[in-house]
Amino acid sequence: MKAPALDVRYVARLARLDLTADEAERFQAQLTDVLGYIAALDRLDVTGLEPTLHAEDPHTVTRPDVARDGLPPGAALANAPASNAGLFLTPRVVE
Amino acid sequence: MLATLTVTDLRQKLAAGEVSPREAVQAVADAAAARDGALGGYLTLTSAQIASALALADLADVTLPLGGVPIAVKDAIAVAGDPCTCASKILAGYVSPYDATAIARLRAAGAIPLGRTNMDEFAMGSATENSGFFPAHNPRDPERTPGGSSGGSATVVAADTAFAALGSDTGGSIRQPASFTGIVGLKPSYGRISRHGLVAFASSLEGIGPMTKTVRDAALLLQVMAGHDPLDSTSLDAPVPDFLASLDDGVRGLKIGLPREYFIEGIAPGVRAAVDATVNRLAAAGAEVVELSLPHTEYAVATYYIIATAEASSNLARFDGVRYGHRAAQPADLTDLYTRTRAEGFGPEVKRRIILGTYVLSSGYYDAFYVKAQKVRTLIRRDFTEAFAKVDLIASPVTPTTAWKLGTFTDNPLQTYLADIFTIAANLAGACGISVPCGLSDGLPVGFQLLGPPLAETTLLRAAQAVELP
Repeated sequence: MKAPALDVRYVARLARLDLTADEAERFQAQLTDVLGYIAALDRLDVTGLEPTLHAEDPHTVTRPDVARDGLPPGAALANAPASNAGLFLTPRVVE
Repeated sequence: MLATLTVTDLRQKLAAGEVSPREAVQAVADAAAARDGALGGYLTLTSAQIASALALADLADVTLPLGGVPIAVKDAIAVAGDPCTCASKILAGYVSPYDATAIARLRAAGAIPLGRTNMDEFAMGSATENSGFFPAHNPRDPERTPGGSSGGSATVVAADTAFAALGSDTGGSIRQPASFTGIVGLKPSYGRISRHGLVAFASSLEGIGPMTKTVRDAALLLQVMAGHDPLDSTSLDAPVPDFLASLDDGVRGLKIGLPREYFIEGIAPGVRAAVDATVNRLAAAGAEVVELSLPHTEYAVATYYIIATAEASSNLARFDGVRYGHRAAQPADLTDLYTRTRAEGFGPEVKRRIILGTYVLSSGYYDAFYVKAQKVRTLIRRDFTEAFAKVDLIASPVTPTTAWKLGTFTDNPLQTYLADIFTIAANLAGACGISVPCGLSDGLPVGFQLLGPPLAETTLLRAAQAVELP
């Protein structure tokens, strides 16, 4: 973990977030501070350790292969900003 | 006044016919109308919500474990027909189409969900100042924060504008506000209560828990909500014991560890004094108190802010203006829809954490940050496993200070992150934890934290009951 090269504008694009110039500047400074603090983890040697992805031991959970009801279409569309004919409406995706 | 009753006492009066469920609901409505305006504990408690609750009250079966008891709900937990905004503008207007499993179980036990409590936006914060709508105020001193992110739930319980409330805890968000407001806040073991219906922020760290006036009330709510849920693949497939059976058994014979890394310089003297006095009371009551070490404590906050933000960046990708919530007007194309919707809908702390989380997961940095943090998490978890091989429970302060004044840390996120130092490791390890009021410092509440290994809530609650002041 070298001195982190966080480019807030680039990462915001990855996260599909528009930032104002003011936000970009402010977040760049604040997150650089946070990353400076996080660099403390550099002091630790983690060779040979397994990552812990979860609070409990990982195991696969299955359920019986039996169909069951999900959210009814009406309920699923009820909060849609734009919908029609049982579908969510979005701007054109395919040119 | 009816609204000052505990859930336990209210149940007794309901079962005896001295009070009706309708009166209990009305008591909450009246108390909130009188006191909540200045406190901001509720995000919404509308006349429509009250009318629905009164209708449910008239049908309530008071022989059920929580029959007729109204319970306030953090605005990140789904209640069918109620708003669920997570205190974010991006979910303004969203109405839940289903009940969270925890809510369904409360209903089955006769409880009545009533009101949506304030919180830091998407549970990101420690003061409820990051609420996208308005901050909450500490009933003990309204110029101060009630803590966060479950600050609204803490406020309504502490102000007697609710009998009890649900919160969620990702890095301390139940225990810290309970400590700041002088109430009980229980963080169950990870997976003990289903997360189905809790809007996801950091899926491997968080969970729902009760925030109550007494330890007994917390045990009662846990009893109703706990247990395996096929709708949550991370819920524990473990038997649910009777959490109340041994509640009054006392602490004789229990071994309690004090981690030296949690008793450091930088703890406010009044907090330290109240915590030390409580440790002495535990020893006098027959507990064996020993010192121990959790050597990787100093890395817990850094580890958390890599893992939690990484998980958040993934979990909050769903807020894109397509299926629910806010949508930016007249999007030029799909990308514009996403980027402007999210820019308009999210507050600054949420944006910061999404950016940080995206960064630590991004190509070239994933191993250095995310995988490394997961390995440090192994060390932190191991610290707790080794400690719990030697002691039954760990005791510590909940926070280094009492509640700070609103506005103290505006635009200084790192400082607020550091205040989570004593609560955060328990989430990384999956431990259960509780904050119990243990006194005042300059008139402000101090919380006493007990931590237990996963599935040890019975022992945890028993010790908490012994610590609770009359």
